Amino acid sequence: MTYLRPNFRHPDSPTNELGYTRQYYEGGLSTLCAGCGHDSISAAIIDACFQMNIEPHRVAKLSGIGCSSKTPAYFLSGSHSFNSVHGRMPSVATGANMANRDLIYIGVSGDGDSASIGMGQFAHVTRRNLNMAYICENNGCYGLTKGQDSATMDRDSVSKKGDVNMYSPIDLVRVAIEVGATFVGRSFSGDKAQLVPLIKAAISHRGFALLDVVSPCVTFNNHQGSTKSYAHVREANDATPVDFVPTRQEITTSYDAGTTQEVCLHDGSLVRLHKAADDYNIEDRQEALQAIAHHSGEGRILTGLLYVDRDSEDLHDVLGTTRQPLNTLTQNELCPGSRFLDSINAGLR
Amino acid sequence: MQPRQAINDFVIKFANVNGTGSASANGMFAKAIFRMGIPVSPRNIFPSNIQGMPTWYEVRVSEDGYLGRRGGTDIMVCVNPQSMDKDVKSVDPGGYFIYDSTKPLDLRYVRRDIHYIGIPFTEICLREYQDARQRLLFKNVIYVGALAALLNIDFGILKDLVADQFKGKEKLITPNVHALDLGYKYAMEHFDCPMGMHLESGRAVAKHISDFDQILMDGNTAAGLGAVYAGATVAAWYPITPSTSVVEAFDKYCRRLRIDPGTGKKNYAIVQAEDELSAMGMVIGAAWNGARSFTATSGPGVSLMSEFLGLAYFAEVPAVLIDVQRAGPSTGMPTRTQQSDILAAAYASHGDTKHVLLFPATPAECFELTVKSFDLAERLQTPVILLSDLDLGMNEWMSPPLEFDDEYRYDRGKVLDAEALDALDERFGRYLDVDGDGIPYRTYPGAHAEKGAYFTRGSSKDEYAAYTEDGDAYVRNMDRLLKKFETAKTLVPEAKIKSANTRTDYGVMFFGTTASPSYEAVEILEKEGIALDTCRIRAFPFTENIEDFIRDHERIFVIEQNRDGQMRRLLLNETAVDARSKLVPVLEYDGLPVTARKIARVMRDYIKGADVVNLMDDPALKELQS
Repeated sequence: MTYLRPNFRHPDSPTNELGYTRQYYEGGLSTLCAGCGHDSISAAIIDACFQMNIEPHRVAKLSGIGCSSKTPAYFLSGSHSFNSVHGRMPSVATGANMANRDLIYIGVSGDGDSASIGMGQFAHVTRRNLNMAYICENNGCYGLTKGQDSATMDRDSVSKKGDVNMYSPIDLVRVAIEVGATFVGRSFSGDKAQLVPLIKAAISHRGFALLDVVSPCVTFNNHQGSTKSYAHVREANDATPVDFVPTRQEITTSYDAGTTQEVCLHDGSLVRLHKAADDYNIEDRQEALQAIAHHSGEGRILTGLLYVDRDSEDLHDVLGTTRQPLNTLTQNELCPGSRFLDSINAGLR
Repeated sequence: MQPRQAINDFVIKFANVNGTGSASANGMFAKAIFRMGIPVSPRNIFPSNIQGMPTWYEVRVSEDGYLGRRGGTDIMVCVNPQSMDKDVKSVDPGGYFIYDSTKPLDLRYVRRDIHYIGIPFTEICLREYQDARQRLLFKNVIYVGALAALLNIDFGILKDLVADQFKGKEKLITPNVHALDLGYKYAMEHFDCPMGMHLESGRAVAKHISDFDQILMDGNTAAGLGAVYAGATVAAWYPITPSTSVVEAFDKYCRRLRIDPGTGKKNYAIVQAEDELSAMGMVIGAAWNGARSFTATSGPGVSLMSEFLGLAYFAEVPAVLIDVQRAGPSTGMPTRTQQSDILAAAYASHGDTKHVLLFPATPAECFELTVKSFDLAERLQTPVILLSDLDLGMNEWMSPPLEFDDEYRYDRGKVLDAEALDALDERFGRYLDVDGDGIPYRTYPGAHAEKGAYFTRGSSKDEYAAYTEDGDAYVRNMDRLLKKFETAKTLVPEAKIKSANTRTDYGVMFFGTTASPSYEAVEILEKEGIALDTCRIRAFPFTENIEDFIRDHERIFVIEQNRDGQMRRLLLNETAVDARSKLVPVLEYDGLPVTARKIARVMRDYIKGADVVNLMDDPALKELQS
């Protein structure tokens, strides 16, 4: 792959409401393999942030370790980023969010990072409903250590070496719904039309938003017999198209009421799903779990927004922390001073 | 043997069953002596259990102001038949054994060289109370009442303490005072009160105690309060004995002091994490984002946090960790004390890492050094570990009052805000050593729309935070971190050095809770004519006066509470002087705080064995030493 990126941009490149071009949201050059699904997800994040008129410096990017966790270097170079340790991004994100509730937190993880070494932190950040978008770039294998099976690899899926996986897979989407997630979506790196609005909705959601994005590993898990290959996912994807309508945008298109489900998020933005007539209510946890299990049983992959709790309260709401970011409180506001210490001393005599 | 006589100078030990309410009665006993103006140091020696196991409470009374453990037991209050055999044996000759005489004493427990005082606690309880729970709880109060008579405790002070304890539950005051009275009257009627060993208020006490208006406080509460005063806004933790009460204290004081008056919302966040790994991750995330954050743990937690400590060291993120040490390795003895995390903390994590350590020795220092640790962590952009221990953290210590200078301002370190970034002519380099002290400048996320964003990572990077595997850039960065550690030497608290009255080649080094009994041991030996200079280490990296102290002495005892002489090893590793043959380890690691008697004995034996002429070769002193 080439390490030279053309600097040329068309002078008439479209700008968003902030006057920024899409280029402004890009990052460094990817060092992932050519054709890696993760690069498509980075591009989708760039599109989502560009289209949502987000100021890059108001975003904090967080990741763990692995191919997926390298990607925050490849988008939003104007944002601070924290590439932490393997499987521990959720805790770093939790601390960061406690310090400043006003930033947008985008976490990027992988299936090894989330479903194996980081399974504990993944479950707990989910149940705490930390306000962040958590994107798991799921390729069913360990890419950076050259192709070992991961915990999300489907049973009977075949590795590049030809071994058949006999272990039961962990489905992060179902785990998340089970432990109390308030926004759960699944998508495919090759389906930008669905992924970009899902990322926007995940960012708009107040609370923990999981996006499990199947993202094929072109080098180690894209062969015949793998259930995480481009060919297989394209064929098995039962995709629900998703639209994201920002708060201030007028709704102009109309859909047949019977096949459209609309969910208004706390900031007033709207997620609209174009569903099959026999579909379930995505605000019902049990129905969501049943639908996902049903598709999985049929060898299908259900993608789209799978579950949402629009009345979700995030960790700050639960803890009752002040509206002002904690990192802006000054010594005068935080330190009780010597007079109070005198009264403490008096109580200890 | 005649019962021994002593005024304001003895060790009394209570043998209880845990979970029976004895802790609050014993605490009241110690506090009453404290309020009488007599120096006292109580210690809980307890099992890792909630109910039913033997537990002891040792109270040392010393008008000389010695607060460390002395060694030995003068008075045993036996309320637990399970441990009676061991408890009888542990009384020093001439001492007292106070027991429940409801049943006759087993003849196996009768010794000729100690004095027995039988009080029918159970019988009194059975007579006075119908309810089983009351019989259990009031037995404790009754023996405190009896001790008030036997030891001459001011009964009015005890009544005040009962009133303090049951503030808001006034109904309970009268029955508790009645129970005190039952014990008091029984003792007065049946024994010569006070007994030979007793208390007298109004006598002169040691100057270092009488010079201050003392408080009684445990180190963990002081550290938790220190975090409030330091402006910590994020605490993340996982429960573990003996550190739990640090965050509990932080929580307690925050509920009083950190509620926004306008909205009723909290100006702090406490997250109970799923484990210690996560707790440290949260601390690092919050500090990276510009909040002062901390965690408290014990040895097993330090092991789990090591990976993150390495990240914070290498990515240069502040973090404050309060390690209340307990006896390791592994689960070890969770409710017993040790100073055995020194090396684990100093070098936590893989690769070349070193961390700043602070060693508080008193509650006042737990408070002061906790405040200091946040300044150091932010100034140095690195983890700072406060090494307390169970003895200091969970026991109440007499201490000078806590002090805070309202003129003092937090040192938030080298942080570029939007204004500073705008004023910056050159390109911002997150890991660039601009000032030559090894400390680079950082920015908080979201600080500026166009400038100052950088990529934080645990992998190798150049001065501008760009990923690199270039060997030269890696070495430059590692060497700068070393330079930063040199800078730390000039910022951490200096060792406290005290010289003996006469010139001596002998020195003693100690830190944390080893300090009190060490100072006492040095005074014991001084009376025997053995002069020792002392050096109380307060921080790692070692300040220059520590190297000087080693250089200036021929033999230096390093007193510590672990098996391997970890501080001695750290001194050998991290000082420029050749000290291998100079540093003599004096070690205690049975899980109980080291005693002054033991330290004095080991140093005396060594010095005598080393054939040093005793300056005061007095036969009377010799007898004392034997």
